[in-house]
Amino acid sequence: MVTENYMTIEFPAIPENVEFARTVVACFASQISSFTLEEIDDIKLVVSEAVSNTVLHSYDTPGGIIRLTAARNGDTLYVTVEDFGKGITEIEKAKEPAFTTDPDRMGMGFTIMEALSDELHVTSVPGKGVKVEIRKSPHGTAKASEELQC
Amino acid sequence: MKINVRVIGRVLVVELFGELDLNTAPRFRDVVEGELHSNPAINHILLLMRGVTFIDSSGLGVILGRYKKLRPHGGSVIIVAPSLQARKALELSGLAGIISICSTEDEAWVKAVGV
Repeated sequence: MVTENYMTIEFPAIPENVEFARTVVACFASQISSFTLEEIDDIKLVVSEAVSNTVLHSYDTPGGIIRLTAARNGDTLYVTVEDFGKGITEIEKAKEPAFTTDPDRMGMGFTIMEALSDELHVTSVPGKGVKVEIRKSPHGTAKASEELQC
Repeated sequence: MKINVRVIGRVLVVELFGELDLNTAPRFRDVVEGELHSNPAINHILLLMRGVTFIDSSGLGVILGRYKKLRPHGGSVIIVAPSLQARKALELSGLAGIISICSTEDEAWVKAVGV
């Protein structure tokens, strides 16, 4: 893949950085002028779910790192959310709707991510971490870049 | 995130502003739980969401949790005026299928107490 533009940032896996992550990716995605505002909102939601999952589940002790990458190739956006934590042993089970034991959680993160992405890949090596790769292209006609202020 | 609450009879009205996610959802939950604890007679929650600019499954989970708490006692949670983004998140998560969504507060009051 030849990328026209890209960015990579690393930050601690803490709740305060969930908004930061989705805002950064939304600003990056707005360079693709054919994304609609609704599609930018979709991207924000996907990134929010992916980063929240990492904050909640990847590390047992504080200090864990999330690596967030966004890349653009033509009108296609590629986003990767990666951690270096304990990993997932049963990826398909983790992706099942409502797979949670917390009454205040929905367990719908992966379902939402899959619904709003053109392509979603989750790979993991237990003990090494999880990588979530997202691809999304514009499908609408309105231009978010003219209205989104970053 | 900003939260305004008021109790009218057995209805807790919660007005939310800003973004509701993993970072802000715990405060939302704590405020609502505090009101439910202080006023055990409350059996309906009206969530005024016009001012919510973003919500993800962490925020939706807190709404679902309160619904699960009130439902066994005949209570309900009613969402009022969600944004397009919030409405989409509610639909994708399946929450829109179990929790009432109203366009106006008046409509929500009729649903909650029939007036």
